Amino acid sequence: MSAQRDDESLPPAAVDNLLEAATAHDSSGLLFDGLAIHQDDGGTYSLETPDSSHEDLSRTDLEAALYEVPALVTNWHFWELVVAGQGTPRRAFLRWCEGASLEPESDDESDAGTGPDPDDDHGTPVAERYRALETGVTRHWGELELTARLAPDVEGHGQGRRVYDVRHVEDADVPAHELEGHDHPHEAREIVTTDEKDRYRPLKTAPTLVTGWHFEGLSGDDFVETVRTIYPATIANWYREQRGELDVDHWLETAERQTGIYDIVDELPREAVEWVAEACCVDSQCVKRREWQYEDGDELAVDGGDGVFPCREPCSLVTAAARRWTVLESEDEKTWHLELTTSEMNQLVEIVDAVAEGRTDEIREADVYDGANRYRARYLRAKRMGDGSLGHEVEGDAGHDDHDSESGHDDHDSESDHDGHDSERDHDSDDDH
Amino acid sequence: MQALVIVAHGSHLSPGSAQPTYDHADTIRETGAFDEVREGFWKEEPSFREVIRTVESDEVYVVPLFISEGYFTEQVIPRELRLEDWDPDRWDSDGTSASQATLDVGDAAKTVHYCGPVGTHDAMTDVIVQRAESVTGDPDVGEGVALVVVGHGTERNENSAKAIEYHTQRVRDLDRFDEVQALYMDEEPEIDDVTDHVDADDVVVVPLFISDGFHTQEDIPEDMGLTDDYRTGWDVPGEVDGQRIWYAGAVGTEEFMADVLLERAADAGADIGDALDQVAEWTGGAPATGAGD
Ligand code: SF4
Repeated sequence: MSAQRDDESLPPAAVDNLLEAATAHDSSGLLFDGLAIHQDDGGTYSLETPDSSHEDLSRTDLEAALYEVPALVTNWHFWELVVAGQGTPRRAFLRWCEGASLEPESDDESDAGTGPDPDDDHGTPVAERYRALETGVTRHWGELELTARLAPDVEGHGQGRRVYDVRHVEDADVPAHELEGHDHPHEAREIVTTDEKDRYRPLKTAPTLVTGWHFEGLSGDDFVETVRTIYPATIANWYREQRGELDVDHWLETAERQTGIYDIVDELPREAVEWVAEACCVDSQCVKRREWQYEDGDELAVDGGDGVFPCREPCSLVTAAARRWTVLESEDEKTWHLELTTSEMNQLVEIVDAVAEGRTDEIREADVYDGANRYRARYLRAKRMGDGSLGHEVEGDAGHDDHDSESGHDDHDSESDHDGHDSERDHDSDDDH
Repeated sequence: MQALVIVAHGSHLSPGSAQPTYDHADTIRETGAFDEVREGFWKEEPSFREVIRTVESDEVYVVPLFISEGYFTEQVIPRELRLEDWDPDRWDSDGTSASQATLDVGDAAKTVHYCGPVGTHDAMTDVIVQRAESVTGDPDVGEGVALVVVGHGTERNENSAKAIEYHTQRVRDLDRFDEVQALYMDEEPEIDDVTDHVDADDVVVVPLFISDGFHTQEDIPEDMGLTDDYRTGWDVPGEVDGQRIWYAGAVGTEEFMADVLLERAADAGADIGDALDQVAEWTGGAPATGAGD
């Protein structure tokens, strides 16, 4: 785009505001994203940009010079006056979305005596960023495709203002008119509630986000709120991680903290925690990158995944499932006698695999070559499970511990959570319903 | 800046559990009383654990969308929010009179005003009455009518029944309904025998639950004999033993609940401007018990 276009697109208020900030008598200058204004002792100013350098400027000269660098001015205006929120996850996230350094040094830090240095690392330089923003800068966040763009000019206002789009990564190439349009962040609640089979999604970061929708032209605030609605708290935790301040609570800490029906989860054996992580936390099940380990200094062998945002402690879904596994793991192993052909044994494996991969719906009705096919399973049941079980316990086996496996911690299936309350029945926890 | 954080139970199995939380949060957002309004859940996201870090405000008012004071409000929520130096005594409550406590949190430089649950606030009485008005469609409902407040029962939390008794007595004191009775799912007097406990031809039944679910949409209607099978639904009013039962469903879904959340925060020092008036206007709510406290 030409300089002429830039000139037209510079909102005068932006220059006024910038001048005010840079020339206030208690200010030693201003440094922002490659724009440096320094107040000299003699009441004059110097202006440095990546492409130019001016000294001994009067206030009027400075004003004129600023009109020559509209992108730097509108960039300052957008970040400092529109987005503001210095030191907040929201601001850092918006900067990350367009490839800027997360927190540009401000004039507060330029008092060190050497004055502002425009050559500091600012991420992608503003001119380059603006070129990219003309068409849109795209980032991925879990299953989301996020795009930052420069807003189209509106009657001489809004120049330098960014707008944001959100859609499913799988819809990257779908024309906007084929997607259901939304513009209020909280409309995303409906999108996240159920998966494509209309089942409730208890884990917002499960990779089961439905496709076919988009948000277009959101303000920064609405954009962040939309992302927050789809993946709650991910921006806040990502930000902490960026600053090296992520407070990870490992498995054992989290388990030991539990009370009520979850009091028992710290009894889950170390090796079982590996299986929990493998069952629930790998990328195919959750787009967060698991950072929690068994305990500090004792890492789990299972891969934490490649997610862009971290998981800082076992979530409630994992804790609830782990409670079930703790109960189940308290059972003794036994030796069983069952008679199966090799193919039948293999078929059991296929059935477990199909359920574990969520593949059962994809198996065609007549595909009797697939062991997890419904007819194949029904046939196996008819042939081998006449009495409801696949086999019987080998007599005289030491594992005689035949008491109700849950009697130790029994509160029945309290996870059956009928009305949205985990009937923590062995506690006084039903106080909410 | 000040934020309101509504903390609620949520569910791994049903989306309906969190719905009232979102609805009331939206109403309060609309008033503009807070710079930020957020929801946090035990079973959903953001978790209690991570909700405080999602707000930018320094002053955070946390209001539990729970019916009674007990295990969740006194142990789980404070622990998960990392409220420093929390002690239930800070609420100085007899089981239904929780106030608020101002505390630091362990994971952010913020001041948290931890408020008592909505369920034990006096304004909850107004919501119960409002619920009776909504289900009957009669703003003057009362004369010739019995009001039944249904609770879960004590189980292991005596405070659960305390909250029910407390509001039942307060409604009784209004002298508006011919009869006012507390009944329970798990203890005497039981909701199963509702028609034995009240004589009026018209009986309004209001469950003191936060959200509709298994208990309010399956158990209670069947227990009362309003329907043989919850899946086939029931009439409102429905007839049981010659009495007309106006079954309201969970009180927590009443729009005027937003008022209680706001009052909790205001009691703790939040500046809410004219938000209460706005909510009253939008939801048709009114303080039946006179001015709020
Ligand atoms: S604990 Fe596992 S499943 Fe839960 S949010 Fe973290 S990574 Fe995902």
